[in-house]
Amino acid sequence: MSIVVKNLRHVYGEGTPYESVALDDVSLEIADGEFVSIIGHTGSGKSTLVQHLNGILKPKSGEVLVGGVNIAAKGVNLPEVRRKIGLLFQYPEYQLFEETLYKDIAFGPTNLGLSADAVDSRVREAMALTGLDFDALSERSPFELSGGQKRKAAIAGVLAMGPEALVLDEPTAGLDPRSHRDILAMIRRIREERGITIILISHNMGDVAEVSDRVYVMDGGRIAFFGTPAQVFANKARLKQSGLGLPPTLELAELLRAGGADIEGDPLTLDEAVELIDAYLERRGA
Amino acid sequence: MIRDITIGQFYPGESGVHRLDPRLKLILTIAFIVSLFVVRDFLGYGVVVLALGAVVAASRVPLGFILRGLKAIFIIIIFTFTMNMFMTAGEVLFRIGVLTVTKEGLYNAVFMGLRLVFLIIGSSLLTLTTKPIKLTDGIESLLKPLKGLGVPAHELAMMMTIALRFIPTLLEETDKIMKAQMARGADFETGSIFRRARSLVPILVPLFISAFRIAQDLAMAMEARCYRGGDGRTKLHELKFRRRDAVAVLLACVYFALLIGERFLPAWIFKGYF
Ligand SMILES: Nc1ncnc2c1ncn2[C@@H]1O[C@H](COP(=O)(O)OP(=O)(O)OP(=O)(O)O)[C@@H](O)[C@H]1O
Ligand SMILES: [Mg+2]
Repeated sequence: MSIVVKNLRHVYGEGTPYESVALDDVSLEIADGEFVSIIGHTGSGKSTLVQHLNGILKPKSGEVLVGGVNIAAKGVNLPEVRRKIGLLFQYPEYQLFEETLYKDIAFGPTNLGLSADAVDSRVREAMALTGLDFDALSERSPFELSGGQKRKAAIAGVLAMGPEALVLDEPTAGLDPRSHRDILAMIRRIREERGITIILISHNMGDVAEVSDRVYVMDGGRIAFFGTPAQVFANKARLKQSGLGLPPTLELAELLRAGGADIEGDPLTLDEAVELIDAYLERRGA
Repeated sequence: MIRDITIGQFYPGESGVHRLDPRLKLILTIAFIVSLFVVRDFLGYGVVVLALGAVVAASRVPLGFILRGLKAIFIIIIFTFTMNMFMTAGEVLFRIGVLTVTKEGLYNAVFMGLRLVFLIIGSSLLTLTTKPIKLTDGIESLLKPLKGLGVPAHELAMMMTIALRFIPTLLEETDKIMKAQMARGADFETGSIFRRARSLVPILVPLFISAFRIAQDLAMAMEARCYRGGDGRTKLHELKFRRRDAVAVLLACVYFALLIGERFLPAWIFKGYF
Protein backbone atom coordinates (compact mmCIF):
# COMPACT_ATOMS: atom_id res chain seq x y z
CA MET A 1 0.00 0.00 0.00
CA SER A 2 1.54 3.31 -0.98
CA ILE A 3 0.55 6.29 1.14
CA VAL A 4 0.74 9.88 -0.05
CA VAL A 5 -0.13 12.93 2.01
CA LYS A 6 -0.49 16.32 0.33
CA ASN A 7 -0.51 19.69 2.10
CA LEU A 8 -2.38 18.37 5.10
CA ARG A 9 -3.66 20.84 7.66
CA HIS A 10 -5.52 20.03 10.85
CA VAL A 11 -6.96 22.35 13.48
CA TYR A 12 -8.24 21.08 16.82
CA GLY A 13 -11.21 22.79 18.48
CA GLU A 14 -11.86 25.14 15.61
CA GLY A 15 -14.00 28.12 16.58
CA THR A 16 -13.44 27.66 20.31
CA PRO A 17 -11.01 29.59 22.50
CA TYR A 18 -8.90 26.43 22.66
CA GLU A 19 -8.24 26.34 18.91
CA SER A 20 -4.81 24.98 17.99
CA VAL A 21 -3.17 24.18 14.69
CA ALA A 22 -1.76 20.65 15.01
CA LEU A 23 -0.68 20.09 11.39
CA ASP A 24 0.31 22.73 8.90
CA ASP A 25 1.07 21.95 5.26
CA VAL A 26 2.37 18.43 5.84
CA SER A 27 3.31 16.40 2.75
CA LEU A 28 4.90 12.99 2.55
CA GLU A 29 5.22 10.06 0.19
CA ILE A 30 5.62 6.47 1.28
CA ALA A 31 6.15 3.76 -1.32
CA ASP A 32 4.61 0.31 -1.16
CA GLY A 33 6.64 -1.92 1.15
CA GLU A 34 8.72 0.90 2.58
CA PHE A 35 9.61 1.16 6.28
CA VAL A 36 9.30 4.80 7.32
CA SER A 37 9.78 6.31 10.76
CA ILE A 38 8.35 9.57 12.01
CA ILE A 39 10.20 11.32 14.81
CA GLY A 40 9.62 14.64 16.54
CA HIS A 41 9.43 15.97 20.07
CA THR A 42 6.25 15.72 22.12
CA GLY A 43 3.30 17.66 20.69
CA SER A 44 4.83 18.00 17.22
CA GLY A 45 1.78 16.41 15.58
CA LYS A 46 2.87 12.83 14.91
CA SER A 47 -0.21 11.13 16.34
CA THR A 48 -2.48 13.66 14.67
CA LEU A 49 -0.81 12.97 11.34
CA VAL A 50 -1.16 9.19 11.45
CA GLN A 51 -4.82 9.37 12.50
CA HIS A 52 -5.48 10.97 9.11
CA LEU A 53 -4.05 8.00 7.24
CA ASN A 54 -7.13 5.82 7.77
CA GLY A 55 -9.74 8.56 7.91
CA ILE A 56 -10.24 8.62 11.70
CA LEU A 57 -9.52 12.35 11.60
CA LYS A 58 -10.70 14.53 8.73
CA PRO A 59 -8.27 17.10 7.38
CA LYS A 60 -9.17 20.78 7.38
CA SER A 61 -7.49 20.97 3.99
CA GLY A 62 -5.18 18.81 1.92
CA GLU A 63 -5.58 15.16 1.00
CA VAL A 64 -4.56 11.63 1.83
CA LEU A 65 -4.09 9.07 -0.95
CA VAL A 66 -4.00 5.40 -0.02
CA GLY A 67 -2.97 3.15 -2.91
CA GLY A 68 -3.55 6.14 -5.18
CA VAL A 69 -7.14 6.75 -4.01
CA ASN A 70 -8.17 9.91 -2.17
CA ILE A 71 -9.85 8.58 0.98
CA ALA A 72 -12.03 11.68 1.34
CA ALA A 73 -13.55 11.15 -2.11
CA LYS A 74 -17.23 10.21 -2.44
CA GLY A 75 -17.94 6.51 -2.58
CA VAL A 76 -14.75 5.46 -0.80
CA ASN A 77 -15.42 2.61 1.59
CA LEU A 78 -13.90 3.90 4.84
CA PRO A 79 -14.16 0.60 6.75
CA GLU A 80 -12.17 -0.97 3.93
CA VAL A 81 -9.54 1.79 4.20
CA ARG A 82 -9.37 1.11 7.95
CA ARG A 83 -8.82 -2.58 7.28
CA LYS A 84 -6.01 -1.87 4.81
CA ILE A 85 -4.24 0.57 7.11
CA GLY A 86 -3.88 -1.09 10.50
CA LEU A 87 -3.45 1.71 13.03
CA LEU A 88 -2.08 1.00 16.49
CA PHE A 89 -2.76 3.94 18.80
CA GLN A 90 -0.37 5.33 21.37
CA TYR A 91 -0.80 3.38 24.66
CA PRO A 92 -3.36 1.05 23.04
CA GLU A 93 -4.05 -1.06 26.17
CA TYR A 94 -7.22 0.90 26.93
CA GLN A 95 -8.95 -0.49 23.84
CA LEU A 96 -9.19 -4.00 25.33
CA PHE A 97 -12.72 -4.75 26.48
CA GLU A 98 -13.78 -8.36 25.90
CA GLU A 99 -14.10 -11.15 28.44
CA THR A 100 -11.33 -13.19 26.89
CA LEU A 101 -8.23 -12.35 24.93
CA TYR A 102 -9.47 -14.52 22.08
CA LYS A 103 -12.71 -12.55 21.73
CA ASP A 104 -10.85 -9.27 21.94
CA ILE A 105 -8.47 -10.11 19.12
CA ALA A 106 -11.44 -11.46 17.15
CA PHE A 107 -13.26 -8.10 17.45
CA GLY A 108 -11.66 -6.62 14.33
CA PRO A 109 -12.02 -9.58 11.96
CA THR A 110 -15.58 -10.18 13.21
CA ASN A 111 -16.43 -6.58 12.35
CA LEU A 112 -15.15 -7.31 8.85
CA GLY A 113 -17.88 -9.94 8.55
CA LEU A 114 -15.55 -12.92 8.20
CA SER A 115 -16.73 -16.48 8.89
CA ALA A 116 -16.01 -18.04 12.29
CA ASP A 117 -13.32 -20.26 10.74
CA ALA A 118 -11.58 -17.37 9.05
CA VAL A 119 -11.73 -15.36 12.28
CA ASP A 120 -10.24 -18.28 14.19
CA SER A 121 -7.29 -18.62 11.85
CA ARG A 122 -6.73 -14.84 11.91
CA VAL A 123 -6.65 -14.85 15.72
CA ARG A 124 -4.22 -17.78 15.89
CA GLU A 125 -1.97 -16.20 13.29
CA ALA A 126 -1.95 -12.81 15.02
CA MET A 127 -1.17 -14.38 18.40
CA ALA A 128 1.65 -16.40 16.89
CA LEU A 129 3.12 -13.30 15.21
CA THR A 130 3.03 -11.28 18.42
CA GLY A 131 4.45 -14.15 20.46
CA LEU A 132 1.36 -14.67 22.64
CA ASP A 133 0.93 -18.31 23.66
CA PHE A 134 -2.46 -19.40 22.30
CA ASP A 135 -3.10 -22.28 24.70
CA ALA A 136 -2.06 -20.44 27.82
CA LEU A 137 -3.60 -17.03 27.13
CA SER A 138 -6.49 -17.15 24.69
CA GLU A 139 -9.12 -17.84 27.37
CA ARG A 140 -7.67 -15.42 29.93
CA SER A 141 -9.26 -12.03 30.57
CA PRO A 142 -7.25 -9.33 28.78
CA PHE A 143 -7.29 -7.33 32.02
CA GLU A 144 -5.28 -10.00 33.84
CA LEU A 145 -2.32 -9.70 31.46
CA SER A 146 0.89 -7.84 32.23
CA GLY A 147 1.54 -4.44 30.66
CA GLY A 148 3.76 -5.87 27.92
CA GLN A 149 1.29 -8.67 27.16
CA LYS A 150 -1.56 -6.16 26.95
CA ARG A 151 0.44 -4.15 24.43
CA LYS A 152 1.06 -7.29 22.38
CA ALA A 153 -2.62 -8.17 22.61
CA ALA A 154 -3.57 -4.75 21.25
CA ILE A 155 -1.09 -5.18 18.39
CA ALA A 156 -2.52 -8.63 17.67
CA GLY A 157 -5.99 -7.06 17.54
CA VAL A 158 -4.77 -4.76 14.75
CA LEU A 159 -2.85 -7.49 12.91
CA ALA A 160 -5.91 -9.74 12.90
CA MET A 161 -7.59 -7.23 10.59
CA GLY A 162 -5.15 -8.34 7.88
CA PRO A 163 -3.74 -4.87 7.16
CA GLU A 164 -1.73 -4.06 4.03
CA ALA A 165 0.08 -1.28 5.83
CA LEU A 166 0.83 -1.03 9.52
CA VAL A 167 0.99 2.26 11.37
CA LEU A 168 2.44 1.99 14.87
CA ASP A 169 2.24 4.96 17.24
CA GLU A 170 5.01 4.48 19.81
CA PRO A 171 4.49 0.72 20.14
CA THR A 172 7.31 0.33 22.68
CA ALA A 173 6.69 3.39 24.88
CA GLY A 174 6.86 2.62 28.59
CA LEU A 175 7.82 -1.04 28.23
CA ASP A 176 10.60 -2.96 29.96
CA PRO A 177 13.72 -3.73 27.86
CA ARG A 178 12.66 -7.31 27.20
CA SER A 179 9.16 -6.45 25.91
CA HIS A 180 10.73 -3.61 23.96
CA ARG A 181 13.08 -6.05 22.20
CA ASP A 182 10.25 -8.53 21.63
CA ILE A 183 8.04 -5.96 19.96
CA LEU A 184 10.82 -4.58 17.80
CA ALA A 185 11.74 -8.11 16.70
CA MET A 186 8.07 -8.75 15.96
CA ILE A 187 7.83 -5.65 13.77
CA ARG A 188 10.85 -6.81 11.79
CA ARG A 189 9.38 -10.29 11.44
CA ILE A 190 6.09 -8.92 10.10
CA ARG A 191 8.02 -6.85 7.64
CA GLU A 192 10.09 -9.81 6.46
CA GLU A 193 7.22 -12.28 6.26
CA ARG A 194 4.60 -10.01 4.75
CA GLY A 195 6.56 -7.25 3.09
CA ILE A 196 3.88 -4.70 4.03
CA THR A 197 4.38 -0.96 4.38
CA ILE A 198 5.25 0.04 7.93
CA ILE A 199 5.12 3.47 9.51
CA LEU A 200 6.67 3.73 12.95
CA ILE A 201 6.46 6.62 15.38
CA SER A 202 9.14 6.39 18.00
CA HIS A 203 11.14 8.43 20.48
CA ASN A 204 13.87 5.79 20.46
CA MET A 205 16.49 7.05 18.01
CA GLY A 206 18.40 3.77 18.21
CA ASP A 207 15.38 1.79 16.96
CA VAL A 208 14.67 4.34 14.26
CA ALA A 209 18.24 4.30 12.95
CA GLU A 210 18.27 0.54 12.97
CA VAL A 211 15.01 -0.39 11.30
CA SER A 212 13.88 2.36 8.93
CA ASP A 213 14.42 2.92 5.22
CA ARG A 214 13.56 6.59 5.59
CA VAL A 215 12.91 9.02 8.42
CA TYR A 216 10.63 12.07 8.58
CA VAL A 217 11.33 14.68 11.26
CA MET A 218 8.35 16.68 12.52
CA ASP A 219 8.53 19.98 14.36
CA GLY A 220 5.62 22.22 15.40
CA GLY A 221 3.09 20.57 13.09
CA ARG A 222 5.36 20.65 10.04
CA ILE A 223 7.81 18.27 8.39
CA ALA A 224 11.17 19.80 9.27
CA PHE A 225 13.27 17.53 7.04
CA PHE A 226 13.57 13.92 5.92
CA GLY A 227 15.89 11.39 4.32
CA THR A 228 17.59 8.07 4.92
CA PRO A 229 18.61 7.44 8.55
CA ALA A 230 22.23 8.19 7.59
CA GLN A 231 21.23 11.55 6.07
CA VAL A 232 18.91 12.55 8.89
CA PHE A 233 21.25 11.61 11.72
CA ALA A 234 24.20 13.26 9.99
CA ASN A 235 22.47 16.56 10.62
CA LYS A 236 22.99 16.93 14.34
CA ALA A 237 22.43 20.69 14.45
CA ARG A 238 19.03 20.46 12.78
CA LEU A 239 17.96 17.57 14.94
CA LYS A 240 18.88 19.55 18.02
CA GLN A 241 16.86 22.48 16.71
CA SER A 242 13.85 20.17 16.56
CA GLY A 243 14.50 18.99 20.11
CA LEU A 244 15.89 15.59 19.14
CA GLY A 245 19.12 13.72 19.73
CA LEU A 246 21.29 11.08 18.07
CA PRO A 247 21.07 7.29 18.26
CA PRO A 248 23.33 5.93 21.04
CA THR A 249 25.70 4.31 18.52
CA LEU A 250 26.40 7.66 16.88
CA GLU A 251 26.80 9.34 20.29
CA LEU A 252 29.31 6.64 21.22
CA ALA A 253 31.30 7.10 18.01
CA GLU A 254 31.32 10.83 18.61
CA LEU A 255 32.51 10.43 22.21
CA LEU A 256 35.23 8.03 21.16
CA ARG A 257 36.41 10.44 18.50
CA ALA A 258 36.39 13.28 21.02
CA GLY A 259 38.56 11.07 23.23
CA GLY A 260 41.11 10.68 20.45
CA ALA A 261 40.08 7.37 18.86
CA ASP A 262 39.71 7.79 15.11
CA ILE A 263 36.57 5.78 14.46
CA GLU A 264 35.93 5.90 10.73
CA GLY A 265 32.28 6.16 9.77
CA ASP A 266 28.91 6.70 11.44
CA PRO A 267 27.46 3.48 12.86
CA LEU A 268 23.63 3.37 12.80
CA THR A 269 23.27 -0.08 14.32
CA LEU A 270 24.92 -1.89 17.17
CA ASP A 271 26.55 -4.36 14.76
CA GLU A 272 28.05 -1.56 12.70
CA ALA A 273 29.38 0.08 15.84
CA VAL A 274 31.03 -3.15 16.97
CA GLU A 275 32.60 -3.55 13.55
CA LEU A 276 33.97 -0.02 13.44
CA ILE A 277 35.42 -0.27 16.94
CA ASP A 278 36.97 -3.62 16.12
CA ALA A 279 38.50 -2.15 13.00
CA TYR A 280 39.88 0.74 15.02
CA LEU A 281 41.36 -1.58 17.65
CA GLU A 282 42.96 -3.70 14.96
CA ARG A 283 44.47 -0.67 13.29
CA ARG A 284 45.84 0.57 16.59
CA GLY A 285 47.18 -2.85 17.54
CA ALA A 286 48.93 -3.18 14.19
CA MET B 1 -16.88 14.84 17.29
CA ILE B 2 -18.02 14.30 20.85
CA ARG B 3 -16.02 17.31 22.01
CA ASP B 4 -18.32 19.79 20.31
CA ILE B 5 -20.65 19.84 23.30
CA THR B 6 -20.42 23.31 24.83
CA ILE B 7 -23.10 23.20 27.53
CA GLY B 8 -21.57 23.84 30.93
CA GLN B 9 -18.29 24.91 29.37
CA PHE B 10 -16.14 27.80 30.52
CA TYR B 11 -15.10 30.51 28.06
CA PRO B 12 -11.87 32.07 29.34
CA GLY B 13 -11.89 35.84 29.54
CA GLU B 14 -11.17 38.87 31.69
CA SER B 15 -14.42 40.79 31.31
CA GLY B 16 -16.29 42.43 34.15
CA VAL B 17 -18.85 39.64 34.07
CA HIS B 18 -16.09 37.05 34.44
CA ARG B 19 -14.75 38.84 37.49
CA LEU B 20 -18.03 39.23 39.37
CA ASP B 21 -18.33 37.43 42.68
CA PRO B 22 -19.53 33.89 41.86
CA ARG B 23 -22.00 33.97 44.78
CA LEU B 24 -23.64 37.00 43.29
CA LYS B 25 -23.72 35.44 39.83
CA LEU B 26 -25.36 32.33 41.25
CA ILE B 27 -28.06 34.32 43.03
CA LEU B 28 -28.66 36.60 40.05
CA THR B 29 -28.95 33.62 37.71
CA ILE B 30 -31.57 32.01 39.93
CA ALA B 31 -33.39 35.34 40.20
CA PHE B 32 -33.23 35.69 36.43
CA ILE B 33 -34.77 32.27 35.91
CA VAL B 34 -37.58 33.13 38.35
CA SER B 35 -38.10 36.45 36.56
CA LEU B 36 -38.76 34.60 33.30
CA PHE B 37 -41.88 33.15 34.90
CA VAL B 38 -43.12 36.57 35.96
CA VAL B 39 -43.23 37.81 32.38
CA ARG B 40 -46.66 37.55 30.79
CA ASP B 41 -46.33 39.23 27.41
CA PHE B 42 -43.88 40.07 24.66
CA LEU B 43 -43.21 43.56 25.97
CA GLY B 44 -41.76 41.89 29.06
CA TYR B 45 -39.59 39.73 26.84
CA GLY B 46 -38.33 42.95 25.29
CA VAL B 47 -36.87 43.85 28.69
CA VAL B 48 -35.41 40.35 29.05
CA VAL B 49 -33.75 40.52 25.63
CA LEU B 50 -32.26 43.92 26.42
CA ALA B 51 -30.86 42.69 29.72
CA LEU B 52 -29.51 39.43 28.27
CA GLY B 53 -28.02 41.29 25.31
CA ALA B 54 -26.28 43.73 27.64
CA VAL B 55 -24.78 40.91 29.75
CA VAL B 56 -23.65 38.95 26.67
CA ALA B 57 -22.03 42.07 25.23
CA ALA B 58 -20.31 42.85 28.53
CA SER B 59 -19.05 39.27 28.90
CA ARG B 60 -17.37 39.39 25.46
CA VAL B 61 -18.28 35.75 24.83
CA PRO B 62 -19.04 35.45 21.09
CA LEU B 63 -22.78 35.08 20.49
CA GLY B 64 -22.12 32.17 18.13
CA PHE B 65 -20.46 30.27 20.94
CA ILE B 66 -23.46 30.78 23.24
CA LEU B 67 -25.95 29.80 20.55
CA ARG B 68 -24.01 26.62 19.86
CA GLY B 69 -25.04 25.47 23.33
CA LEU B 70 -28.66 25.74 22.20
CA LYS B 71 -28.06 23.14 19.50
CA ALA B 72 -27.75 20.41 22.11
CA ILE B 73 -31.26 21.09 23.44
CA PHE B 74 -32.79 21.89 20.07
CA ILE B 75 -34.99 18.78 20.27
CA ILE B 76 -36.44 19.87 23.61
CA ILE B 77 -37.24 23.32 22.26
CA ILE B 78 -38.92 21.88 19.17
CA PHE B 79 -40.86 19.45 21.36
CA THR B 80 -42.13 22.23 23.65
CA PHE B 81 -42.99 24.35 20.66
CA THR B 82 -45.06 21.68 18.87
CA MET B 83 -46.78 20.48 22.04
CA ASN B 84 -47.94 23.98 22.81
CA MET B 85 -48.93 24.69 19.24
CA PHE B 86 -51.22 21.70 18.89
CA MET B 87 -52.51 21.27 22.42
CA THR B 88 -54.00 24.66 23.19
CA ALA B 89 -57.71 25.27 22.72
CA GLY B 90 -58.98 28.48 21.17
CA GLU B 91 -59.67 30.27 17.90
CA VAL B 92 -58.78 27.89 15.05
CA LEU B 93 -56.25 29.24 12.55
CA PHE B 94 -55.75 26.19 10.30
CA ARG B 95 -55.74 22.41 10.38
CA ILE B 96 -53.14 19.80 9.42
CA GLY B 97 -54.96 16.45 9.25
CA VAL B 98 -56.42 15.78 12.70
CA LEU B 99 -54.30 18.49 14.29
CA THR B 100 -55.58 22.00 14.68
CA VAL B 101 -53.49 25.06 15.22
CA THR B 102 -55.14 27.80 17.22
CA LYS B 103 -54.21 31.43 17.58
CA GLU B 104 -53.63 30.92 21.30
CA GLY B 105 -51.62 27.80 20.56
CA LEU B 106 -49.25 29.59 18.23
CA TYR B 107 -48.86 32.41 20.74
CA ASN B 108 -48.15 29.96 23.55
CA ALA B 109 -45.71 27.98 21.42
CA VAL B 110 -43.63 31.01 20.57
CA PHE B 111 -43.87 32.27 24.13
CA MET B 112 -42.81 29.00 25.76
CA GLY B 113 -40.11 28.36 23.14
CA LEU B 114 -38.59 31.77 23.82
CA ARG B 115 -38.77 31.19 27.57
CA LEU B 116 -36.71 28.03 27.18
CA VAL B 117 -34.18 29.77 24.96
CA PHE B 118 -33.75 32.62 27.47
CA LEU B 119 -33.49 30.14 30.29
CA ILE B 120 -30.68 28.23 28.61
CA ILE B 121 -28.80 31.34 27.52
CA GLY B 122 -29.09 32.85 31.00
CA SER B 123 -27.86 29.78 32.80
CA SER B 124 -25.11 28.99 30.29
CA LEU B 125 -23.85 32.56 30.76
CA LEU B 126 -23.15 31.61 34.37
CA THR B 127 -20.97 28.63 33.47
CA LEU B 128 -19.42 30.35 30.45
CA THR B 129 -18.12 33.22 32.55
CA THR B 130 -17.31 31.42 35.81
CA LYS B 131 -14.45 29.00 36.30
CA PRO B 132 -15.77 25.70 37.70
CA ILE B 133 -13.54 26.16 40.75
CA LYS B 134 -15.03 29.57 41.49
CA LEU B 135 -18.52 28.29 40.90
CA THR B 136 -18.14 25.56 43.48
CA ASP B 137 -16.45 28.01 45.85
CA GLY B 138 -19.55 30.14 45.48
CA ILE B 139 -21.87 27.22 46.12
CA GLU B 140 -19.88 26.17 49.17
CA SER B 141 -19.99 29.65 50.56
CA LEU B 142 -23.74 29.96 49.97
CA LEU B 143 -24.39 26.57 51.58
CA LYS B 144 -22.24 27.29 54.64
CA PRO B 145 -25.07 28.76 56.75
CA LEU B 146 -26.83 25.39 56.37
CA LYS B 147 -23.92 23.55 57.95
CA GLY B 148 -25.68 23.75 61.31
CA LEU B 149 -28.52 21.72 59.79
CA GLY B 150 -26.07 18.98 58.84
CA VAL B 151 -25.51 19.98 55.20
CA PRO B 152 -21.92 18.95 54.33
CA ALA B 153 -21.19 22.12 52.35
CA HIS B 154 -17.51 21.54 51.74
CA GLU B 155 -17.89 17.90 50.76
CA LEU B 156 -20.72 18.71 48.34
CA ALA B 157 -18.66 21.46 46.77
CA MET B 158 -15.59 19.22 46.50
CA MET B 159 -17.64 16.51 44.83
CA MET B 160 -18.97 19.01 42.37
CA THR B 161 -15.52 20.41 41.65
CA ILE B 162 -14.20 16.95 40.92
CA ALA B 163 -17.16 16.01 38.76
CA LEU B 164 -16.85 19.21 36.72
CA ARG B 165 -13.10 18.81 36.47
CA PHE B 166 -13.41 15.33 35.01
CA ILE B 167 -16.11 15.97 32.41
CA PRO B 168 -13.56 17.05 29.78
CA THR B 169 -11.20 14.25 30.78
CA LEU B 170 -13.89 11.64 30.31
CA LEU B 171 -14.99 13.16 27.02
CA GLU B 172 -11.38 12.98 25.89
CA GLU B 173 -11.16 9.35 26.99
CA THR B 174 -14.38 8.53 25.13
CA ASP B 175 -13.06 10.21 22.01
CA LYS B 176 -9.83 8.24 22.21
CA ILE B 177 -11.56 4.90 22.79
CA MET B 178 -14.05 5.49 19.98
CA LYS B 179 -11.22 6.21 17.58
CA ALA B 180 -9.30 3.11 18.59
CA GLN B 181 -12.35 0.87 18.15
CA MET B 182 -13.18 2.52 14.82
CA ALA B 183 -9.69 1.60 13.66
CA ARG B 184 -10.66 -2.00 14.44
CA GLY B 185 -13.71 -1.74 12.23
CA ALA B 186 -16.31 -0.86 14.88
CA ASP B 187 -19.39 0.85 13.49
CA PHE B 188 -21.47 3.09 15.75
CA GLU B 189 -23.76 4.63 13.20
CA THR B 190 -25.64 2.00 11.26
CA GLY B 191 -27.90 -0.94 12.12
CA SER B 192 -30.96 -1.43 14.30
CA ILE B 193 -31.33 0.15 17.75
CA PHE B 194 -30.39 -3.17 19.30
CA ARG B 195 -27.23 -3.43 17.22
CA ARG B 196 -26.28 0.12 17.99
CA ALA B 197 -26.76 -0.38 21.72
CA ARG B 198 -24.53 -3.44 21.51
CA SER B 199 -21.91 -1.49 19.61
CA LEU B 200 -21.52 0.75 22.69
CA VAL B 201 -20.06 -2.10 24.76
CA PRO B 202 -16.55 -1.70 23.28
CA ILE B 203 -16.67 1.96 24.37
CA LEU B 204 -18.35 1.65 27.75
CA VAL B 205 -16.21 -1.14 29.20
CA PRO B 206 -12.89 0.67 28.64
CA LEU B 207 -14.50 3.95 29.70
CA PHE B 208 -15.66 2.53 33.05
CA ILE B 209 -12.29 0.98 33.63
CA SER B 210 -10.47 4.22 33.04
CA ALA B 211 -13.01 6.17 35.12
CA PHE B 212 -12.35 3.88 38.08
CA ARG B 213 -8.62 4.09 37.54
CA ILE B 214 -8.74 7.88 37.40
CA ALA B 215 -10.88 7.99 40.56
CA GLN B 216 -8.49 5.74 42.40
CA ASP B 217 -5.43 7.70 41.29
CA LEU B 218 -7.08 10.93 42.35
CA ALA B 219 -8.07 9.58 45.76
CA MET B 220 -4.52 8.40 46.30
CA ALA B 221 -3.02 11.71 45.20
CA MET B 222 -5.37 13.61 47.53
CA GLU B 223 -4.53 11.39 50.49
CA ALA B 224 -0.83 11.68 49.74
CA ARG B 225 -1.30 15.42 50.17
CA CYS B 226 -3.12 14.94 53.46
CA TYR B 227 -6.61 15.89 52.38
CA ARG B 228 -9.06 15.17 55.22
CA GLY B 229 -12.18 17.10 54.37
CA GLY B 230 -13.25 20.65 55.03
CA ASP B 231 -12.44 21.36 58.69
CA GLY B 232 -9.73 23.96 59.11
CA ARG B 233 -9.10 24.41 55.39
CA THR B 234 -8.34 27.90 54.19
CA LYS B 235 -8.80 29.27 50.70
CA LEU B 236 -6.17 30.47 48.24
CA HIS B 237 -8.68 32.86 46.69
CA GLU B 238 -11.02 34.43 49.26
CA LEU B 239 -14.33 35.56 47.84
CA LYS B 240 -14.83 39.31 48.26
CA PHE B 241 -17.75 41.51 47.46
CA ARG B 242 -16.37 44.46 45.47
CA ARG B 243 -17.62 47.69 43.94
CA ARG B 244 -18.15 45.94 40.62
CA ASP B 245 -20.56 43.57 42.39
CA ALA B 246 -22.49 46.46 43.92
CA VAL B 247 -22.93 47.95 40.45
CA ALA B 248 -24.20 44.61 39.19
CA VAL B 249 -26.74 44.45 42.03
CA LEU B 250 -27.94 47.93 41.15
CA LEU B 251 -28.36 47.08 37.47
CA ALA B 252 -30.17 43.88 38.40
CA CYS B 253 -32.55 45.92 40.59
CA VAL B 254 -33.37 48.15 37.63
CA TYR B 255 -34.10 45.06 35.54
CA PHE B 256 -36.41 43.53 38.13
CA ALA B 257 -38.15 46.86 38.74
CA LEU B 258 -38.83 47.19 35.00
CA LEU B 259 -40.19 43.65 34.78
CA ILE B 260 -42.40 43.95 37.84
CA GLY B 261 -43.59 47.35 36.72
CA GLU B 262 -44.43 46.01 33.30
CA ARG B 263 -46.38 43.15 34.80
CA PHE B 264 -48.32 44.80 37.64
CA LEU B 265 -48.78 48.49 36.89
CA PRO B 266 -51.94 49.33 34.98
CA ALA B 267 -51.13 49.02 31.31
CA TRP B 268 -51.83 52.63 30.39
CA ILE B 269 -49.35 54.12 32.88
CA PHE B 270 -46.47 51.95 31.82
CA LYS B 271 -47.08 51.64 28.15
CA GLY B 272 -47.49 55.38 27.82
CA TYR B 273 -43.74 55.68 27.95
CA PHE B 274 -43.06 53.35 25.03
N1 LIG C 1 -7.87 15.59 20.77
C1 LIG C 1 -7.20 16.76 20.82
N2 LIG C 1 -7.85 17.92 21.05
C2 LIG C 1 -7.19 19.10 21.08
N3 LIG C 1 -5.88 19.22 20.87
C3 LIG C 1 -5.17 18.11 20.64
C4 LIG C 1 -5.80 16.81 20.61
N4 LIG C 1 -4.85 15.88 20.36
C5 LIG C 1 -3.70 16.56 20.24
N5 LIG C 1 -3.87 17.89 20.40
C6 LIG C 1 -2.83 18.94 20.30
O1 LIG C 1 -2.26 18.85 19.00
C7 LIG C 1 -0.86 18.95 19.06
C8 LIG C 1 -0.21 17.72 18.44
O2 LIG C 1 -0.53 16.58 19.22
P1 LIG C 1 -0.09 15.10 18.85
O3 LIG C 1 -0.77 14.19 19.80
O4 LIG C 1 -0.30 14.87 17.41
O5 LIG C 1 1.48 15.15 19.18
P2 LIG C 1 2.56 13.98 19.16
O6 LIG C 1 3.61 14.43 18.21
O7 LIG C 1 1.90 12.68 18.90
O8 LIG C 1 3.13 14.02 20.63
P3 LIG C 1 3.64 12.81 21.59
O9 LIG C 1 5.04 12.51 21.19
O10 LIG C 1 3.57 13.43 22.95
O11 LIG C 1 2.69 11.68 21.41
C9 LIG C 1 -0.50 19.13 20.52
O12 LIG C 1 -0.27 20.52 20.72
C10 LIG C 1 -1.71 18.68 21.28
O13 LIG C 1 -1.87 19.44 22.44
MG1 LIG D 1 1.60 10.98 19.98
